[in-house]
Amino acid sequence: MTPQPGKLDLLQGTLDLMVLQTLVAMGSLHGYGVARRIEQISGNEVLLNQGTIYASLVRLEQSGLISSSWGVSSNNRKAKFYSITKSGRKKLASDARHWERLTGVMDRVLGMSKDTGEEPV
Amino acid sequence: MSSILRTFGRLRALFSRHKLDTDLNAEFAAHIDLAVDEYVERGMSLAEARRRALVQFGGMQQARERQRETRSLMHIDILRQDLKYTLRTLGRDPGFTTIAVLILALAIGANIAVFSVVNTLMLRPLPFPNAHELAWIAPPPTKCGLSCATYSVDAYDEFRVGSRSYQDVTGYFAFSSSDNLSLKLGSAPITATSIDVIANFFQVLGVQPAMGRGFTADDARNGAAPVILLSDAWWRRQFNADPNIVGKAFDMNGHQTTVIGVLPASFDFGAVFAPGTKVDAITPLNLYGPPRDWGNIVTMIGRLKPGVSLAQAADEAARVAPTMCWNNKQPDTCGQYKGAVVPVPLKDYISGKLRRALVVLWAAVGAILLIACVNLSNLLLARAAARSKEFAMRGALGAGRGRIVRQLLTESFVLSGAGAIFGLLLAVSLIEWFAHQGAIALPLLSTLHIDGAALGWTVLIAVFAAVLFGLVPGLRMASGNLHETIKDTSAGSGQSRKHERIRSVLVVSEVALACMLLVGAGLLLRSFMHVLDVDLGFQPERAAAIKVEYDDSVPGDKTGELTTQKRAAIFQQTLSRISAIPGIETAGFVDYLPLSQNRSWGLPFPKGVKPPDKVDSPLVYVVTQGYFHAMGTRLRGRDFTWSDGPHSANVVVINESFARFLASYTHWPNNDAIGQLLSGGGPGNDMRVIGVVDDVHEENVDGDAGWQIYYPATQASPSSAQLVVRTTLPPAVLGATVIRTLRDLNPKQPLAEFRPIQSLVDHANSPRRFFMMLVGAFAGLGLLLAALGIYGVISYSVTRQTPEIGIRMALGASAGLVQRQILTGTVRLAGIGIVIGAMASLATAKLIASLLFDTSPWDGVTYIAMAAGLLAVAVLSGYLPARRASRISPMVALRAN
Repeated sequence: MTPQPGKLDLLQGTLDLMVLQTLVAMGSLHGYGVARRIEQISGNEVLLNQGTIYASLVRLEQSGLISSSWGVSSNNRKAKFYSITKSGRKKLASDARHWERLTGVMDRVLGMSKDTGEEPV
Repeated sequence: MSSILRTFGRLRALFSRHKLDTDLNAEFAAHIDLAVDEYVERGMSLAEARRRALVQFGGMQQARERQRETRSLMHIDILRQDLKYTLRTLGRDPGFTTIAVLILALAIGANIAVFSVVNTLMLRPLPFPNAHELAWIAPPPTKCGLSCATYSVDAYDEFRVGSRSYQDVTGYFAFSSSDNLSLKLGSAPITATSIDVIANFFQVLGVQPAMGRGFTADDARNGAAPVILLSDAWWRRQFNADPNIVGKAFDMNGHQTTVIGVLPASFDFGAVFAPGTKVDAITPLNLYGPPRDWGNIVTMIGRLKPGVSLAQAADEAARVAPTMCWNNKQPDTCGQYKGAVVPVPLKDYISGKLRRALVVLWAAVGAILLIACVNLSNLLLARAAARSKEFAMRGALGAGRGRIVRQLLTESFVLSGAGAIFGLLLAVSLIEWFAHQGAIALPLLSTLHIDGAALGWTVLIAVFAAVLFGLVPGLRMASGNLHETIKDTSAGSGQSRKHERIRSVLVVSEVALACMLLVGAGLLLRSFMHVLDVDLGFQPERAAAIKVEYDDSVPGDKTGELTTQKRAAIFQQTLSRISAIPGIETAGFVDYLPLSQNRSWGLPFPKGVKPPDKVDSPLVYVVTQGYFHAMGTRLRGRDFTWSDGPHSANVVVINESFARFLASYTHWPNNDAIGQLLSGGGPGNDMRVIGVVDDVHEENVDGDAGWQIYYPATQASPSSAQLVVRTTLPPAVLGATVIRTLRDLNPKQPLAEFRPIQSLVDHANSPRRFFMMLVGAFAGLGLLLAALGIYGVISYSVTRQTPEIGIRMALGASAGLVQRQILTGTVRLAGIGIVIGAMASLATAKLIASLLFDTSPWDGVTYIAMAAGLLAVAVLSGYLPARRASRISPMVALRAN
């Protein structure tokens, strides 16, 4: 039922981080807005289906990292709006640090030259 | 922190599924609307905008499932799915479900009930605080009954003062007879049973009265106002649970006696110290009055100091014993308790002898549970075989093996859960019934109840059973080759054969277990029949007894002679009136009935011969003429007569065993005791033996009869009077007339119970009967389950082989041949099971050897009878499918394929 858990794991963590960052940057936002925003920033590369955002949103909400309430959008549509909580901000800060370290390591590892096995200078 | 929050959130989500789904749908709708708005704003047509929005959103259902999966606990959701599916499939097959739940309920119910009994009698501490500190202090077993199992007041005092191992030592008067209390409320007195205890009894046991106060030392002083503590049951029954009973006084045995308290419902003296008897009230024993000179009368119970081991206490008791005197005024009696003061844990004294029986009982219900599981396994296998295509299909559609095993295990858990619930109900009613079997002489029976431990045990065996009977079919199903299964038709391919082999193994093991149970039950039954055949030395049929009140006191009678004469006159008059009642053959008096209580005095020995040291004394009975005849005890020589009075020569009657023992120390003509003189032990000095009677089983039915001596009530003083009558009519018919006559003679005669002598024998045999009935019932259940198992397997194989049988019959096989072949198969299965079961029984029979009476644990008759019975049942349960097979019409069978 769960398609290829290895891939999903990475995606899950990443998506959560993106959502948190989006909410920090944009303030209170509905699901569609979050999805659109991530699509725009990533140049349509990350998110395949907008629907996947809702699993991430419910997970973050249950963990107390974001909160939600029903409200009305600028074009008068009733929608559920999400905003980041205090612990969400803390989590974002620590996860972002972690992510930077990981990408740094990944860059270095992947940038290793093939024959010497040494770091390119 | 956030993960805890999340878990709570997920748990909450389980219960608000509907709301969350509605919420999510609204959110999705808003999402699409917002997207459509944006596309329309960019200039798309509404239809195109909508299409784009949906495409961008992706699979709506998938997104919904993903969100549900994330927000909730998947395992529980799957469980819910499995449960729903299970309930649906089970509901579709009510026949199977009913049988399965019924089998499990019987097996689990029996297990819970027996566990409760075992727990109460063996595992749980006695119902007293710090019960492990309590010790029963008594001599090793002797021939002389209660008198040699008790201590004198002087000995008790010495032991209590001389021992340092105990916080305190107490005891009770061991010779109280039943119905010894006569309560006068209305016109006719009512009888009840009370026990005299030493004043510190309840302090030592740690029992607090539920109302009022316990005894104090002052209650047991000379001249103290009479007081009484009521048992909870008597207070409810006789006094309508009067909440203001404390302080009220009643006429009891002619004295105004004040009720000072009511004992808690959890304390039942009879259940602990006198199994199978009911004790209504407790009174204080005045150690400093006459009891001081009554000889051995009290039992001893001590509470060890914390940290003192039983071994230390035993060492100390061995040191203190030689300083204890039977009577401080008779220095020559000091030291006679040497080696006769041994503390054992109170619990061992109360239920130690039952341990083996309980273990056997436990093993028997364990076997029942196993048989039930095997049966269920078999049923589930048959079901699984029928559903194998369904599972193969599900497998082909992508269900993992784990998922299928899980589904099957869910089914077994649901079945065993339902079985456990019904089993618990069954056990509750069984336990309730046990607890009210007051006549069964088993300790603590009235304290039986389903407690936390029993509930825990229920869960444990339900889970154990579910795993046991669910795993085999589950694994079998899941490990099957999908391709093979889908191809497999009913025409007997490899898969079905494999199934059948497993089922045969299961049936064989079931038959073997049933065989073991049957052999065990058969041995117990045979023992019980042997016990019933024991020559008791009296004939209980058509004999009955009633306790008679009389007043033989004569003021100022120094020698006791006038008292004896008055008593003789009362007895003689009573007997002549009673004997005149039509339907009464004979009547006589005795002070202690056989199989109830007893006592001994001393050792009478042939005159002029020095008795050896350390010989037990015979049990003493004070009787009148007519007693032996009324009891149905054979007498050689002559009976007592009314002329054997205080002035004539002292006479006694002894039993065969005692006569033989005495004869071996002297030279009597023909070794016959009749006419010989004995001296010592009794009230008079020289006593002539006028008769010898059969050995009477005085203490138990299945032990050896001891030594007995009978004194005439016209010469010795009886401790009470039991009127024994032999009737030509059923005793129950005469009860009212006898009581009326007695009350006519003495208005103070209470409405005592007119008890058939048979009830004494039944009481003595009740534990054996109880165990035999239980094991018998379990064996019957085992047999039924085994028969069901055989029927299931044979029936299934006939169904499977229908086309094959059809072909054979088309080719000329006769119906008889088909039937014979199927029966042969049945007999083979049963035969293997019986052989294995019989061998296992032979190996384990030693375990129950100590429960048998006059029966070898390898008793051939029992083994053969049980094997034959089992085989007959097997053939019978194979016969039904065999007959069905022989009626198969070849045309129909072949067309069906």
